[in-house]
Amino acid sequence: MNFLPPDLAPAYPEIFLLVMVCVVLLADLVAGAKRPYLAYMLAQGALFGCALITLGTSTSDVSYTFSGMFVDDAMADTLKLLTYVTVAMVLVYSRSYIAVRGMLNGEFFSLTLFATLGMMVMISASHFLTLYLGLELLSLSLYAMVALRRDSVEATEAAMKYFVLGALASGFLLYGMSMVYGATGELNIGKVTEVIRNVIQGGDIDDYAVLVVGLVFIVAGISFKLSAAPFHMWAPDVYQGAPTAVVLFIGSAPKLAAFGFVMRLLVEGMGAMVADWQGMLMILAVMSMMIGNLAAIAQTNIKRMLAYSTISHMGFMLLGIVSADGNGYSSSMFYIVIYVLMTLGIFGMIMLLSREGFEAERIDDFKGLNRRNPWYAFITLLLMFSLAGVPPLVGFYAKLSVLQAVLNAGYVWLAVVAVLFSLIGAFYYLRIIKLMYFDEPETDAPIVPPGDIKLLISANGLAVLAFGLFPQSLMAMCAYAIQQSM
Amino acid sequence: MDFQSITFYFFATVLVASALGVITARNPVHAALLLVLAFFTCAGLWLLLQAEFLAITLVLVYVGAVMVLFLFVVMMLDINLDRMREGFWKWFPFGALLALVMLAEISMVLMGRKFSADQIPTPPLRAADYSNTKELGRLIYTEYVYAFELAAVILLVAIVAAIALTLRRRVGPRFMEPSEQVKVKRSDRVRMVSMPSEKKE
Amino acid sequence: MEYAQQLFGQFFGADWGSALFSLTKNLVLILAIVLPLLLSVAYLTLAERKIIAFMQIRVGPNRVTLFGIPWLAGWGQPMADAVKALMKEIIIPNGANKFLFIMAPILTIAPALAAWAVVPFSPEVVLADINAGLLYILAMTSMGVYGVIIAGWASNSKYAFIGAMRCAAQVVSYELAMGFALVCVLMMSHSLNLGDIVKGQEGGSFVNWYLIPLFPMFLVYFISGVAETNRAPFDVAEGESEIVAGFHVEYSGMAFTVFFLAEYSNMILVATLASLIFLGGWLPPFDIAPFTMIPGFIWLLLKIAFLLFFFLWFRATFPRYRYDQIMRLGWKVFIPMTLVWIVLLGSVMQLPASVLGSFPLNLWFH
Repeated sequence: MNFLPPDLAPAYPEIFLLVMVCVVLLADLVAGAKRPYLAYMLAQGALFGCALITLGTSTSDVSYTFSGMFVDDAMADTLKLLTYVTVAMVLVYSRSYIAVRGMLNGEFFSLTLFATLGMMVMISASHFLTLYLGLELLSLSLYAMVALRRDSVEATEAAMKYFVLGALASGFLLYGMSMVYGATGELNIGKVTEVIRNVIQGGDIDDYAVLVVGLVFIVAGISFKLSAAPFHMWAPDVYQGAPTAVVLFIGSAPKLAAFGFVMRLLVEGMGAMVADWQGMLMILAVMSMMIGNLAAIAQTNIKRMLAYSTISHMGFMLLGIVSADGNGYSSSMFYIVIYVLMTLGIFGMIMLLSREGFEAERIDDFKGLNRRNPWYAFITLLLMFSLAGVPPLVGFYAKLSVLQAVLNAGYVWLAVVAVLFSLIGAFYYLRIIKLMYFDEPETDAPIVPPGDIKLLISANGLAVLAFGLFPQSLMAMCAYAIQQSM
Repeated sequence: MDFQSITFYFFATVLVASALGVITARNPVHAALLLVLAFFTCAGLWLLLQAEFLAITLVLVYVGAVMVLFLFVVMMLDINLDRMREGFWKWFPFGALLALVMLAEISMVLMGRKFSADQIPTPPLRAADYSNTKELGRLIYTEYVYAFELAAVILLVAIVAAIALTLRRRVGPRFMEPSEQVKVKRSDRVRMVSMPSEKKE
Repeated sequence: MEYAQQLFGQFFGADWGSALFSLTKNLVLILAIVLPLLLSVAYLTLAERKIIAFMQIRVGPNRVTLFGIPWLAGWGQPMADAVKALMKEIIIPNGANKFLFIMAPILTIAPALAAWAVVPFSPEVVLADINAGLLYILAMTSMGVYGVIIAGWASNSKYAFIGAMRCAAQVVSYELAMGFALVCVLMMSHSLNLGDIVKGQEGGSFVNWYLIPLFPMFLVYFISGVAETNRAPFDVAEGESEIVAGFHVEYSGMAFTVFFLAEYSNMILVATLASLIFLGGWLPPFDIAPFTMIPGFIWLLLKIAFLLFFFLWFRATFPRYRYDQIMRLGWKVFIPMTLVWIVLLGSVMQLPASVLGSFPLNLWFH
């Protein structure tokens, strides 16, 4: 019966955030009707507080708590900090969008914070149970957020598809985890690694077969969540149907968490089976790049197009993990951070062009943006070039570092395929630039965003350029995070 | 064959049969009721394993609450089975092939030595006063407290989400407030007017 | 007893003998519980009619006597009712789902009777002395709602269906409050075993009963119990003023009677549990001479009868709740109340041992 209370210090950010979510819920209940922006301010404050706590408690060594269910290492701290920044930016971009559409209520912010909590749990999980629970916490909040605009048939349909497919994916994941548990008798990631290594050394064919089947299910579940082909079918529908503010959220911060999830589960947990998952991830990566880039060309809805673009980017990101060395992982992390930065910018721009009763959803809505507002057109230009991977923007460096890792690992053909599909992909990004600069605008409605959004989107666009010119610091940060944690 | 084995085979047979019934029943209400039966027999099997807390909780939570709400919804919906089964035969060969492949793979794994009966240790017999409720409680609040709290947060999200998605403030409905009604005084409703009686002209 | 066991052993062989012996023994014991229970149900209906009549300044049933004894006038009424119900035809409506229509009353009565398996009647007398007794009772009573839902659905009638839906929502809602109230009890007694819960209330007088420290929980439990059994004023599932007779509108004869039996045996169960959990079960109110001479079983019966009287009193007194009021009471009053009480109780239990050991907390926390 002697039980030592767990050391709560590594989990202070999570605890603080949970307390703040409850504060947001209560504050909105009490004062929400009179002060609609109270929940927003509290949410931003919560994220800021979390950032301070994470910075304050970060150390370079790895610490475990809650009977080894929770791990706090450099990768966790870095990813968490990036998540706070991302979510804070999402909130700034979405505020006026949701206010106009009558979604400015406490639920939006509390669900966002709940989802953030889920991501944090995933990022610093060192136990299959907590990985899964964090994922469910994130997913459940996202399902609800997609459905928040109930009167829209499209949003309801998107939520339904997201929910059903997401539940299926969770089922896959859980099934795979239970297989691994059956073979190893452990749920703690550190111990699972150990047992798997023993199994491989002992040459136990039966155990190994069970592990491989489990791995297949786990990889399938992960690729559902990453929206990697062939498990990508939900992404275009959800991106198209959900309110843009929610798409912005789904498309950005959870990808960071998903990266952490892959690292914890595949690299840390099943790292000894690298030969098995490398092949699977290769297929996923190639298929994602192919389907994503080819299908994006045919889209007329920009949100749908960006969904396919996400699929292709996820394929690219997986390439770094395929290379299976520290360099590859850190280049993947760099890629995902940059991808999130670009997604934030481009969806922010879509929301900026939308106004009351009008959604800038068609690609044609970008026509002649240069005439309407040259500065925003320039920012979009930067973002699009970066997504396409044109130097000197940061998207280029992200692609370059991943390709370098792939080449180092000796997969020349994979690098060639990746470059080929990137070239195909460049077409649809460039098409938008052509529409902005060479076509006549369809409307001359003025674009008047609030000051903070104006500032943030400019900073966002310029950051893409700045990181492109000086990528070393960010790259070094990713390399440090991976190196300290592996 | 002793008494325990007979009980086991009885429950197991009913469980498999009712589970098959769940997916083959044409009527969704029947399917839901068969699922209830499946849960119930499953609880019986758990009792045989001396997991009385889990068994009773299964009945209490799934049979007593979850399935009631499930039935509630299924009974209210007017499900058109013919439309649901449209295209069933068109996709049947494809689905059957996939299912067969999956079945073969899974059975190859599960038939392996790893999961054969002699590999799995018999759970030790416990004394009569051994309470697995207490054991579970101890584990949940010590070793698994983090996972337990997370599960609680997930439930909280579910509550928030359900309310956010269904609570709709309608404009202009009228309803009674019992507390307000009780507070009413005579002077709020009745005004005593004293006026001189009038003479008949 | 041993002789009978040996007999079984010789007759069926060593393995089967003991199994069959315990089976037979349990069957006999079950009958020993169920038969008196059904008899009390019969007389509870008579008591109900008599008491409500008394409250409404009427006489109540006074025609059928037992064995022709004049001062037992009315005492034969339950028998007469039973015979009448047996003679009636069970009508199965057009388009009803026959199998489920017949199954519904059985599914209602089965859990209502099965729950009695773990109820102790005195420190020694209990059919199944299991660790998780309280949970078991909660699980069994929560299954009773299936009979009602299935009856409403299988009847192929709108009134029956509406009654069933109301019942399902109501029972699920009040189950939560009931469960939370019981959580307080098991926090105090450190056990789910009903016998241990009663033993936890020992200590000399009625002051030690959980009724005193958990009085609000007793109210919540008892009122939820009234709602769980669909009794007035929570009987919207029947609601004869708007939906005729609710879920059993299409039932007649013995099928209807079985619903009736289940409702009344559930009432007795709720009263019994409340007596065991909050009123000290078989413990006398004072542990001194004249009270201790009365056997514990009688004390238990007295307490049960006292609580059952409330059921009847409520029915005679209160008008029926409106449906939204029922939901409001359950979700917005009872559940928050129980949650607060759980936190409060938990904090009290965390007080240092010296505080818990001093008066008055030492009466209940040992």
